[in-house]
Amino acid sequence: MRWLWIFLVSLAGCATTGETDPRDPWEGMNRAVYRFNDGFDDYIARPLATGYRKALHVEIRSRVSNFFSNIQDLMIGVNNVLQGKLQEGVEDWARFVFNTTLGLGGIHDVASDMGIEKHNEDFGQTFGRWGAAPGPYVILPFLGSSTLRDAGGTVVDLYAAPLPHVRPIALRNSLYGLYFLNTRSELLEASSILEQAALDRYIFQRDAYLQRRRSLIYDGSPPREREVNDTPDSSVK
Amino acid sequence: MRKFLCLLSTLFLVSAHAQEATPPDVLVKNVTTEVVDIIVKDKEIRSGNRAKLIEVIDAKVLPHFNFASMTSLAMGQNWRSATPEQKKDLTDAFRTLLVRTYASALAAYSEQRFDFRPLRAKPTDTDVTVQVRVIQPGQQPVPIDYAMEKTAAGWKVYDVMVGGVSLVANYRTEFASVVRSSGIDGLIRDLQTKNKSLERRTEKK
Repeated sequence: MRWLWIFLVSLAGCATTGETDPRDPWEGMNRAVYRFNDGFDDYIARPLATGYRKALHVEIRSRVSNFFSNIQDLMIGVNNVLQGKLQEGVEDWARFVFNTTLGLGGIHDVASDMGIEKHNEDFGQTFGRWGAAPGPYVILPFLGSSTLRDAGGTVVDLYAAPLPHVRPIALRNSLYGLYFLNTRSELLEASSILEQAALDRYIFQRDAYLQRRRSLIYDGSPPREREVNDTPDSSVK
Repeated sequence: MRKFLCLLSTLFLVSAHAQEATPPDVLVKNVTTEVVDIIVKDKEIRSGNRAKLIEVIDAKVLPHFNFASMTSLAMGQNWRSATPEQKKDLTDAFRTLLVRTYASALAAYSEQRFDFRPLRAKPTDTDVTVQVRVIQPGQQPVPIDYAMEKTAAGWKVYDVMVGGVSLVANYRTEFASVVRSSGIDGLIRDLQTKNKSLERRTEKK
């Protein structure tokens, strides 16, 4: 335990160098965790996800995605109701009912075909909707970009989801494994695009995450943030 | 002959008028449909010919972007302290980077459908947001918003927001931090180096 503290303090020491972004006061520590995640991804997660994609036909992978996505609709509905969006919440639960029954345990997304759209909600967004500020940006080991608020939300998400309560433990762990493998394999393109677009991937990913979360909390139409010098200058062609 | 000339001039007038009047949402719809149609049909592009994809983007998409605006917005305060020469170099390098990124995003396209939202704007507006949603079964639709401004040469895109993430805003922090540590010339150098390494990587493929 003492070593952990020494480790953390030495990481925090890195944070004091240079100018820091007010949204990211723990940049030094975050960058260290980011490097750790990167290494894990380079040597373990991405090769496994690539293999998974080669081994399984896209049809099967999309059944797997649907299966997990269906389970998540339950809590997405709860979050919509907690945010006062009753109609959306009812839609999420209707999706769950149709997909679980007609969609054979969720492997077919019949609800989307019926025109009931999927939503994106979680407890981090609910806390945001209730007025919680994001707090400092943090990079979680293995899970990646988050903020203090969203990390709290993730903890609640994890406990409230059905998955951790599955028994026997071996089945639960296999489901977790499948879930992470499948999720990572869906992000293979996105992560290679990120690598291309960014001068500094850490900053690019951080800003994209913070913008994305803000947009999600307002369901895609956040109030406009005026910036200084926000009018385009077309003097050069 | 006279009749023919008359017809010809009418045609010119009509086409000039049509070009001037293409509303931003129609423009986005036409360009998207056209480009997606090309990449779906073109076997070479589907099998990963990046150079050809970039050619298509150059020809069909680029004319509708105002890269000087995009670059000035991404530079924020620092744009004012750049010399005309630096502005030009920045704009060129940023354009190359964006085109390559855009090409990778397009190459990942597979069977998504597009939902073109009706434009909510007054006819007198000169700055509008055109909204498109990319629909993929089983997932929440991904909104793509094009911020467009009216110029003498028609409507031009000056920012793209994917899933609520503005490209221009995302580059702003990155650019600012490079400029702070190594100046505007340092940023130009970084962008050019990045572009060169991407070029080498696509050649290898």
